[in-house]
Amino acid sequence: MDVLWETDVPLTVREVSARLTERNLAHTTVMTVLDRLAKKGFARRQRDGRAWRYCPAATRETYVTELMLTALDQTGDRTAALTRFAQSVSGVEADVLRDALEVIEGDGVGDEGTG
Amino acid sequence: MKGLADTALLAAVAMGTVLGASPLAQASWPRRSPAAAILLWQALGLAGGLAAVGTLVGLGLPGGSLGAARSLLHLGGVFRAGAALRLPVAFGAMPTILVAFRLTCLATGLALFASLCWVLVAASAAALQARRRQRALLALLAHGDPKVPGALVVDHPSAAAYCLPGLRSPIVVVSVGTLRLLGRGELAAVLAHEHAHLRERHDLVLLPFTALRRAFPRSAVCAEAHRAVALLVEMLADDRALRARPARELASALVRFGTAGAGPAPSGALAAAGATGAPEGEVAARVARLLQPVRPLPRPAIAAICLAAALLAAVPVALLII
Repeated sequence: MDVLWETDVPLTVREVSARLTERNLAHTTVMTVLDRLAKKGFARRQRDGRAWRYCPAATRETYVTELMLTALDQTGDRTAALTRFAQSVSGVEADVLRDALEVIEGDGVGDEGTG
Repeated sequence: MKGLADTALLAAVAMGTVLGASPLAQASWPRRSPAAAILLWQALGLAGGLAAVGTLVGLGLPGGSLGAARSLLHLGGVFRAGAALRLPVAFGAMPTILVAFRLTCLATGLALFASLCWVLVAASAAALQARRRQRALLALLAHGDPKVPGALVVDHPSAAAYCLPGLRSPIVVVSVGTLRLLGRGELAAVLAHEHAHLRERHDLVLLPFTALRRAFPRSAVCAEAHRAVALLVEMLADDRALRARPARELASALVRFGTAGAGPAPSGALAAAGATGAPEGEVAARVARLLQPVRPLPRPAIAAICLAAALLAAVPVALLII
């Protein structure tokens, strides 16, 4: 999928294989993967002579955004599909929390820091 | 008449669960022993649902005979058909208005039962579908990172950490924003928290309450119950994480996480992240609980709560079945 995202033009299976230089994958493997991506709707394909040409259905950013919207519970439907560590807060509560952080760091010994 | 007394008792249980939900949501003891409180909430939900259905069906059937309710609700199709055939005969001697009232109650009760079952199925299906989509997207986008062994990382500057429960391959996901935001100890605390969710299948605890809220989106009681259980589940996972990591790490991770969205939003699509967040005070409540540890309830108190939960659930079940 990364290969498809890196180019602007639709690629054939052979072209994708050629770009996957670091992994020596069989032609049929790449074909199967691309076929599966197309079936799941992540890639679109069009006929070009006897071969299929594949291109991404949406940009990488679109999918990351979708993923994060669900993760941050901004989609409006709470399906309890996943449990989040904590949600963001605002206003007074955020101020209270920042004060609490100062207290924690005051007591703290050691491994605080921004990783 | 025994049937009528049963129905009255069921009505009392139904009223009691509705009236009891609010005090339970506002009580402070659940923070001391979240697991016991969750059990009580589950009993409350089960008893409330069964009692409400039982009351309506009991009112709907001639003589309030829940024996017939039992046949309607719990036995096989043949028996059910038999009960339905007898109904017109039993209704024959009654004034029309009473018949109409009874039929309305019966229909409402059965509709309530059907819709409760349906929302549970629908909520499960929605959750499964959302998880499948997440898994497919993660397969394309996520990668591992030595900083968070066993978790998947998504390239996004916002702070997000969550888990995808599942029988075969539960997944913990964190964003690059989280890796930047938190120190190593804090990250470990977050992962411990998420693994606790996965290990104890907290999603299954929450599911019926999510379903209930979907069934009655305008009901303040259902919303309150869902919120309370969601918070208790988080507190439970916090407690589990404390077994592996010090409270200070988890608390500071929570604070950094909670306040991360309040700053400038990292991207256009997620600009609303700070505006709509957790209901007021949830993160603060968890942090306060970590910084000033509360003693768990004494054993006798927990035993009493478990007993109360068992009784609460047993009463409507017993009335409907026996």
